[in-house]
Amino acid sequence: MSAEPSQSPWQAATITRIEKRTPRVTSFWFQPLRPFTHLAGQHVDVRLTAPDGYQARRSYSIASAPEAGGGIELAIERLDDGEVSPFFHDVAAVGDEIELRGPLGGHFIWEESDGGPIVLVGGGSGVVPLMAMVRHRTLRNKAVPVALVFSARIWDEVIFRDELIGLDDRLDGFNLVLTLTREPARRPSDYSRRVDARMMAQAVERLPKAPKLAYVCGSNAFVSAAADALIGAGVPAETIRTERYGV
Amino acid sequence: MVTRGFFSGRRPPSDTDARIPPGQYLEQGFPVLSAGPTPRVRTEDWSFTLKHGPKPIKKWNWAEFNALPQSKMTRDIHCVTAWTKFNTPWQGVMIDDIFADAGIEPPTAYTLALSFDGYSTNVPTKDLVTGKAMVALLYEGKPITPDHGGPARLLVPHLYFWKSAKWVNGLQFTERDEPGFWELRGYHMYGDPWREQRYSSDP
Repeated sequence: MSAEPSQSPWQAATITRIEKRTPRVTSFWFQPLRPFTHLAGQHVDVRLTAPDGYQARRSYSIASAPEAGGGIELAIERLDDGEVSPFFHDVAAVGDEIELRGPLGGHFIWEESDGGPIVLVGGGSGVVPLMAMVRHRTLRNKAVPVALVFSARIWDEVIFRDELIGLDDRLDGFNLVLTLTREPARRPSDYSRRVDARMMAQAVERLPKAPKLAYVCGSNAFVSAAADALIGAGVPAETIRTERYGV
Repeated sequence: MVTRGFFSGRRPPSDTDARIPPGQYLEQGFPVLSAGPTPRVRTEDWSFTLKHGPKPIKKWNWAEFNALPQSKMTRDIHCVTAWTKFNTPWQGVMIDDIFADAGIEPPTAYTLALSFDGYSTNVPTKDLVTGKAMVALLYEGKPITPDHGGPARLLVPHLYFWKSAKWVNGLQFTERDEPGFWELRGYHMYGDPWREQRYSSDP
């Protein structure tokens, strides 16, 4: 291992576990040399270095709860024309060391002290930082009511599906609303269409009172549509925080 | 630290390499990033205010602002999320021309750009003048779309692109270097892509 100067924000992290989540999304657990505690919703930057010194870096949201232990989980979607995600899917193995930096981000985060109820809206792998919030809430304070609206193309692309349905079945104040855009709904309470204001209004109605905060993450097109849908359902724009992949 | 098994085919050709700051990659599209919902600002409701602290110096409505001298800038832009886009063509009003129309010399060394959605970002005044920055009204010859910051956005292309505030509605001279929205949330006070000043812990 190359020794980093102590002031470098980059550090080596060892991949300790790899688990395929869906056909296109795989989770990687990293144990950083210098462990840190993140906030739910934060991300890390990952840096790959080729033998000639060329570097590629990307940001990935953390899926694990801050108190989970066992390293941080990044759920990485394979982008066929990508540069970094195909490396993780095709090359990276348990025991490899990867450089990362973090935790990063001070806006798209939810802490217990932020309170609730909260509405989370994720499209595809946009659910990843929301999953950290759901897990944090479940481990820390189940009194905070949550509605998660999760839009995926098909049932088999619902990341964290078993875990989310298991949490929904507890009826402890966490509400899962799945919507599939290319398949019929599988559960009676779910939808089979793109997110819209009526869907958001019905999600908000599952909460005991109006949401204090809303978090929306996904592609730009998804976030624009979902944020507009929330506003259409009466959620004030200033309570909505967004995170966009950018493309 | 060399990463086992990483041999990118994405390495830029050497003639463009010199235009890509460290840690950035070349993007052909035009990604959209923002902290909240996209505000739809109608030009009839639009205004731009120049302020010294809380005190307004001059305010322009949409027609008055569009009547100011218009300039074009085609520049490479660099987002802190690591994409760089070459040759983005903008048209708008140079900050120099805004100050000239207001009849002022900049009274302080620091400026906050302010936006309709409550966003703000700090830029040293010297980075806004002498042809370095504009309030852009057109992109590729057409009105800037709302998701890219229309009707008007700041353009400070030599700094990371979060400094180029979308939906801009004013500039405020400040006595000290006051952090804006992202600068209060862990991002760098200056944001020079060539020195890779992404986060507050970067030198």
